[in-house]
Amino acid sequence: MKQLLYTLFTLIVACSTVSAQELKGEYGSFALTNAEIHTITKGVIQSGTVIIRNGKIDEIYTEPNTPKDCHIINCQGQRIYPGFIDGGTGIALKEVGSVSLTNDRNEVGSFTPHMKALTAVNPNSTHIAINRTSGVLTAVTSPSGGTFPGQAALINLHGYTPDQMYAGWTGLVLNYPRTGKRNRWDQRSEEDIKKDDEKNKKEFNLAWENAQRYLDILSKSTDNNLDYNPEIETIAEVLRGNMTLYLIVNREKEIRAAIEWLNKLEISNVVLVGLSEGWRLADEIAQTGFPAIVGPVLSNPNRAYDPYDAPYANAAKLAEAGVKIALRSDQEENVRNLPFHAGFAAAYGLGHDEAIKAITINSAEILGVADHLGSIEKGKSANLFVCDGDPLEPKTQVTQIFIGGWNIPVSNRQIRLYEEFLERDPGLKGK
Amino acid sequence: MRKTYPIIIFSFFCLLLSAQKYDDNLFISNGTIITITDGIIQEGDIIVKDGKIHKIGKNLKAPKDVTVIDATGKYVMPGIIDAHSHLGIDAVNEATAPVTAEVFTGDAINPFDVGLYRALAGGVTTSHAMHGSANAIGGQCETMKHRWGESDPEMYKMEGAIRTIKFALGENPMRVHGEGRNIQPATRMGIEQLFRSSFEAALEYMDDWAAYNRDPSSVTEPPAYNIRLEALSDILTGELMIHCHSYRADEILMLMNVCKDYGIEKICFQHVNEGFKVAPELAAHGAYASIFSDWWAYKFEVYYSTAYNATILTKNGVLTSINSDSRELIRHLYHEAAKSQRYGGLSDNEALRMITINPAIQLGIDDRVGSLEVGKDGDIAIFSAHPLSIYAIPEYTVIEGRILFDRENDPADMRLLIDPETEYGSSNYEETDRSCDHQCLQGVEELGLLIECTNHNH
Repeated sequence: MKQLLYTLFTLIVACSTVSAQELKGEYGSFALTNAEIHTITKGVIQSGTVIIRNGKIDEIYTEPNTPKDCHIINCQGQRIYPGFIDGGTGIALKEVGSVSLTNDRNEVGSFTPHMKALTAVNPNSTHIAINRTSGVLTAVTSPSGGTFPGQAALINLHGYTPDQMYAGWTGLVLNYPRTGKRNRWDQRSEEDIKKDDEKNKKEFNLAWENAQRYLDILSKSTDNNLDYNPEIETIAEVLRGNMTLYLIVNREKEIRAAIEWLNKLEISNVVLVGLSEGWRLADEIAQTGFPAIVGPVLSNPNRAYDPYDAPYANAAKLAEAGVKIALRSDQEENVRNLPFHAGFAAAYGLGHDEAIKAITINSAEILGVADHLGSIEKGKSANLFVCDGDPLEPKTQVTQIFIGGWNIPVSNRQIRLYEEFLERDPGLKGK
Repeated sequence: MRKTYPIIIFSFFCLLLSAQKYDDNLFISNGTIITITDGIIQEGDIIVKDGKIHKIGKNLKAPKDVTVIDATGKYVMPGIIDAHSHLGIDAVNEATAPVTAEVFTGDAINPFDVGLYRALAGGVTTSHAMHGSANAIGGQCETMKHRWGESDPEMYKMEGAIRTIKFALGENPMRVHGEGRNIQPATRMGIEQLFRSSFEAALEYMDDWAAYNRDPSSVTEPPAYNIRLEALSDILTGELMIHCHSYRADEILMLMNVCKDYGIEKICFQHVNEGFKVAPELAAHGAYASIFSDWWAYKFEVYYSTAYNATILTKNGVLTSINSDSRELIRHLYHEAAKSQRYGGLSDNEALRMITINPAIQLGIDDRVGSLEVGKDGDIAIFSAHPLSIYAIPEYTVIEGRILFDRENDPADMRLLIDPETEYGSSNYEETDRSCDHQCLQGVEELGLLIECTNHNH
């Protein structure tokens, strides 16, 4: 019997460690106490308590507190921050870069606005657990390529179905048509470039004209019996004001063109994304009143004659001009570096507090989800993490993660490889 | 005629100016000096004389008429060294055959690559300009000092650096040659045999020359000179050190075994993402590792990577450096080194060694650079805060006593060569398209060997 129990026990242990890809989260009532709470919107509480119940931040106390119904987590000497929000990534849409069949970001064709990122989000992608351990708990993930690659979705980095992960925002991605050479490897002739540019512009304008025409017909028609046209219907949703236009534009010339075009279109649900040359015309961007998701910060200047620190200082220059900014890493597998992008922006003019806002409350407000994300406030979703120092500093360690009230173990494949191989057994001699 | 005199005199004056010796004397005062090899000196001074570190210590007396940097409140460290870069060279891959040991990146130096200045602006003074990874045995590499401002390519070569050659394992040579042109190697087995047959050919070549040199009359004619076999022979005699692009644990073990069989002692593995899996074997072999801080998933052979690689290798006794292989990462190698503190908690000095003395050892230049020691080159980076802090800003970068980057006096446009035909915002546009940031395979698409431009294919 003892033998049997032992076998059963080892079997259970083996199953729970070997078969699990990720360790399970725990749901319940938690009291994170003795913590330095960085609420973002309501200052810093020196030694307070955050109570998590029913997936939400249920109470915030300005002193230590240990309610009886709660699992107590002592955060002595540690800080609490709201989960970081990355304003632009491709996370969970691509598993292995060079293996094209694991890439769900790029549909064929440059006009595919009806493609939905959320459809292809893989909740069990290894990328999710590997990236959330830096405190990035929510991210915009988007299709890419072409002019209208599809619809981006805001997802929490926990959940077993895309619906469980969905964090309440969808946007139509528009890569504002580029003109001229794409990069230094672009080998098209001047003539071909011109032809391509004209074709793109025509296609782009036609899409919006058709969407307007579509709405006109709908408003006049009584039977609403139009042919199935998901592409135009999606764009019409933007014109109706039901969906945000997530407008990616980087070069000065094209930012200028986009602003001119937006003025004519007269829609207000727009977020400008990228803006790598935004620093060249920060005031003009500010005048539009549109918010911006800027980045990546850790990138090269666009042009050989640009100042070396242009990408680092860009966010600060835009903010200084009055643009409401959030940041994006523009990463797929290294979304975990978002805090470092924010750190560089902070060092080159944005300052620590504004940099933190640019990856928390500003992102939430820009994406219209500040009612449940972006700060430590009573009633908001329990998306937060605990760490032992400034979360923008590389040496800081994240010690607790909560997403939607789930306490997620700070573990992933890269950490488990560390635990297995730091002192490999057998080492050299154990052949 | 008389009117031309002033012009002639002025030209002569200009000539004198340009021929003037650079100011290679410098006094750095009152900084926190991170020597790397001999601790930290608070409120310390450094005297650089004739390009070399002359004195380091507290309360040193400033030499007369010397440029002074007041480093009060700042952090002073050795110039950063990147053991894997492709900056400042016009050609990266001679992707026309699986073995191209005869080519040399030092023949393709481009002193006008503004990336070199941007690396300086990140504190990087020396980089290893490597051949790409298209071929199992690629070309020889140049170790460069970023002497920005010089227009003579020769001025960028680091005198006295050991000779190195690029090898490559795994997907890149398999893809370019196996998939691309249906020749060996298409597998990791093929790559091993390519190494063995190449070394056998070199041995035979050496024997032929040895026989001829012993007794020229013993043969009807001298052996044919073969520059490729010359290079391969130099590997066997230890004059040319292998720096090998690698990812998977099995292929790393394979190359160590091949090296053992041919008596090759020194080897540095590059990237070596799965080095952590064979860290005890690497340490026992005395092999070096030069790695990315956190890159993974861009191809299948890096899917099972971990950002803890630096820590595992270091703790197992493998001499490890952190490199860039990228025009972007080279701008903040100090930050890449700092990530080893998040992933495994390396100490400040362990982390900083990985971008200073360790890469210097891997490139065989540790007698010249990599630490702040009397007698070494005056290659120095000065930061506003501790270089491992996210808030650190490089403020000065010095090579051999010359201030080549000064944040206070940094004109926006640092190009050395400006095409007057260039229109603003047009042909000189150099967008960093991340999806095409694949320096290791740079130059391969032109041959039509890669069908699509995927995420960084390092």
